Order: sequence, then C-alpha cells, then structure tokens
Amino acid sequence: MKAVLPIAVVLAVITALWYVAAIWLNAPWIYDQAVRAEAEPPTFIQLVPLTMDQDRPVLPTPHQVAAELVKSTFGMSVTSKKSLVYHGWITISATLLGFVMGTGFGILLAVGIIHNRAMDLSVMPWAIASQTIPILAIAPMIIVVMNSMGVQGLVPKAIISAFLSFFPVLVGMVKGLRSPDRMQLDLLATYGASDAQALWKLRVPSSMPYLFASLKVGIAASLVGAIVGELPTGAVAGLGARLLSGSYYGQTVQIWAALFAAAIVAAGLVAIVSWAERRTLKRMGMAR
Amino acid sequence: MIWGIAAFVIWAGAWGLNVRLSHSALVQSRAGRLVVPAIFGVTVLLVWECTVRGLQVPGVILPPPSAIGARIAQEGPTLWADFRQTFLKGALRGYAIGCTAAFLTAIAIDRSPFLQRGLLPVGNFVAALPIVGIAPILVMWFGFDWQSKAAVVVVMVFFPVLVNTVAGLKATEAMQRDLMATYSASYWQTLLKLRLPAALPFVFNGLKIATTLALIGAIVAEFFGSPIVGMGFRITAEVGRLGLDMVWAEIAVAALAGSAFYGLVALIETRMTFWHPSQRR
Repeated sequence: MKAVLPIAVVLAVITALWYVAAIWLNAPWIYDQAVRAEAEPPTFIQLVPLTMDQDRPVLPTPHQVAAELVKSTFGMSVTSKKSLVYHGWITISATLLGFVMGTGFGILLAVGIIHNRAMDLSVMPWAIASQTIPILAIAPMIIVVMNSMGVQGLVPKAIISAFLSFFPVLVGMVKGLRSPDRMQLDLLATYGASDAQALWKLRVPSSMPYLFASLKVGIAASLVGAIVGELPTGAVAGLGARLLSGSYYGQTVQIWAALFAAAIVAAGLVAIVSWAERRTLKRMGMAR
Repeated sequence: MIWGIAAFVIWAGAWGLNVRLSHSALVQSRAGRLVVPAIFGVTVLLVWECTVRGLQVPGVILPPPSAIGARIAQEGPTLWADFRQTFLKGALRGYAIGCTAAFLTAIAIDRSPFLQRGLLPVGNFVAALPIVGIAPILVMWFGFDWQSKAAVVVVMVFFPVLVNTVAGLKATEAMQRDLMATYSASYWQTLLKLRLPAALPFVFNGLKIATTLALIGAIVAEFFGSPIVGMGFRITAEVGRLGLDMVWAEIAVAALAGSAFYGLVALIETRMTFWHPSQRR
C-alpha cells in the first residue's frame, strides 16, 4: 500500500501534462478559425476552454476520452456497432481462442523437445531465433490467404494470436520441464517410474511457475496479435478495426477510446492469469 | 506423386541423419551444434518445395521457396529501398532515440525513490499494453513518412528499456556500495565506476527485447499509412495484388534484418559484459 501515493502522484502528473499538451496541440485550429472569421485571435484565457471539447481535436483531453469510453461501453446496446463491448468481445474471443491454441501447441512441442534429443537440437535454435523475427509482419498475408481459402472471421485472427503466444510458452515450458534437478529425476528412476510418470508427477508440477510466467507474456502478445489481425480486413469489427476506422475518418476521440479499451482488456487478461497463478501456486505450496 | 514421395524420403532421411548426429560425439563440438539445426532448416525448405509442387498449391496461397528466392534476386533494388525506408530510417532512428531517452530517464529518476515507486508500476503496466495501437495517432501527428514510424518505435522501446535499466541500477550489493563510500567516491563516481557497469547485463536485456519491438513497430505503423516505399507498405500492397512471393521475400528480409540486429546487440553485449557469469564458458 506504500506504493499508492507515488503512483497516484505520477498518474496525476501525467494527466496534467496531457491537458497542457492538449491545449498546445489544439490551439492552432482555434487560431486558424479566428483568422478565417477575420476575428481577433483569442487571448490565452479564452483559448483554454475552446481546446477542451473540440469535435476532432488533435489530442483529445482525458475527460473527452473517458466520456467516450463510458458512452460507448455503457451507453449503447451491446449488439450495436458503436458499442465498445461488441468490438471488445470480438477481439477478446479471437485472443482467447488463439491463446488456447498457441499455449496447447507450445506445451506439446516442449514435451516433445525434452524427450527427444534430435528434436531439441533441431527445433530449439529455430524457436529462439524466431523470437527475433517481426512475426506481426505476416498478419495481413495470413488473413488474405485464409480468406481466399474460404476461412473468415475468428479463425485467421486466432491463428496470428496463436503464433505470437506460442513462442513464449514453448521457451518457458522447455525451461520449466527441465527445472527438476538430477537428484529428483534419479529418485524417480530408482522407483522405476516411466517417462510419462516422471512427466506427470515431477516435471509438470515443477514447471508451473515457468508456465504462468510465460502465460502472462503470451496472453499480452495474443491480444496484440488479434488487434493487428483486424487491421488488414479493412475495419470490419473489433478493437483494431475501431483504431483503423478512427484513423480513416479522423475520429481521434474514437481512436483514443479504443486504445484505452485495449489497455483495459490487456490489464484484465493479465490480471486473470496472475490470479490463477497465485491460486495454483498457493494450492501447490509454491507461493513465494 | 513423385514430389510427395520425394518430400517423405527427404524428411525421413534428414530426420534419421539428425537422430544419428544428435547421439554421436560430434554434437559436443561447436560445429555439430550448428549442423543439426541447419539440416533441419534445409529439410523444412525442401519439404515445403516438394509439397507445394506435389499438391500443386496455387502460388496465391503458398509460393514455393524457389519462387521466393527468385523474387529476392530479381527485386533486389526494391527490397533494398524498402529496407532503407523502414529499417534504417524508421526503426533504427526510433530505436536510438527511444533507448537513449529511456536510459537517461532511468538515471534521472535513480536519485528519487519516490519517483521510482511511482513510475515503475506504471512502466511495467504500460510495457504489457498493446502499444502498437498508438500507431494511427502518431501517423496522424507526424505524417506518413519515416518520422511517424520512428515515433512509434520510440514509444514501443521506451518502457522495456526504462524498466530494465532501473532494475539494473539496483543490482549492486551493499558491500560494494560501502566500498565505494570508504573510497569517498561521489555519487557520479559510484554511478560511473560501479553501478552502471553492474547494470549493463540488465540494460542489454532491455536493448535486446527492444530490437524486435522496433522492427514490429516500424512495420505495423506503415499499415496505417506510408509513402509508397517501405516493408509494411509493400506487404499490404502485394497482399492486395496477391503477389505472395513478394510478400514472402519482404518477410525473409525482415527476418534477416531482425536476427542480424539482435545478433549485433548480443555481440556488443558479450564484448561489454565479458565479466558476467552468464558469459563465461
């Protein structure tokens, strides 16, 4: 709780800076209007209120964004195309589907890698090298190719999400499944345990902290994948589509509201994973 | 049919070779550790080629690697122009500005525990957010050319580097700081001679994460608007024309550039943090 005051101060400073920046960035438009109307340019005191509530500001003020966020979250029916709940849900469902696919595939491959030396030596260097590749660049291609194969909607976006969340999980799980030390593995060998038994009774339980650490990275990456996956389809639905249509039509308030909605979704998803992590580790007696 | 059999034979043969290699003594050597993944990579390319030819997959769905290679050789100047626009102009400049700014900010807030307690949770939070979302806003502010891409990169790399540098500046032990105090070293002397060197492994960790983010930021920002050159622009444009071999060529260039950039930073890291336990052989 000691951290609350400093965080509050930092957030207050950021908000204050934001208002100052909004006045500074939105002022040219006011001056421009004054010149066109051949009126006196407004004094600074007159200027400030005019920059606070423009329709298409260069930088919307925090209260405009908050108002738009509340309006499009609670003020619309959930099925409306203007509702952020509708768009948010589309993005979240693609994120979750991709996250489950990516995690499942990552864990399976990790199990294969720790049991097969040839696989370890051939696949692992590529998996690590692939972290340095900007995978998001292939997003438009996946969408269009899947589209031409007749697959539309959720699945192509989920595949991009799966791609992004797969690598953190793979790398984390290989580390985690290898975390039991020699002594523990030897003990199981003296019990005559099979590989499968060693996997379930020793390796999987001891990999849990690693799994959750990579799940947190993975779900954040999944969300980024789903949002970017919505861009090339030409702004149909989802938070990414809101960003894109906002940028086409100069609706800055809408962009910022979608951005904050995405941030809230990301924070919520990571919080859910952390909550599951705390519960699981506590039940397993691994809580730090 | 021939192609299918060829794909299977290549796969089985290479896999058998790898299994034998990975149980032989050769793997202990450095060369062996490179050979096995290299065989795997070549196998994937060959099987891809054979499958695409065997099943006669249309080029608009998945072009064979040979077509992609031919496209790279043929479109060299275009690829180079795109690379220069996106990587050298957008990503590299943004990376340099963002990392410098984050490093200086970390040193600035180093003396204030209050600011650290406030900024670090916020920084950690922001680092997990889908920051690419600010791309449309920055493209609106800074125009379509590389400036807006560099701005996106600055914002994307800032927080990982900041959080890692602040963590690194805490990495010294009380004993070491006490020693500097008995030498009556000033704050700046302690910072330059003890704490910054000790922070380097953490700083480089942040810098390495930032290399990938920089390239992603520069490419994705181009999806929101760009001049008629650039890797992100080329990808969206060629996807629209179904020129998938060109898309794959761009992706190959992006992958090479990303890996080379990461490798360069990792190389500088081994040179500068040779004393760290993780670098010992």
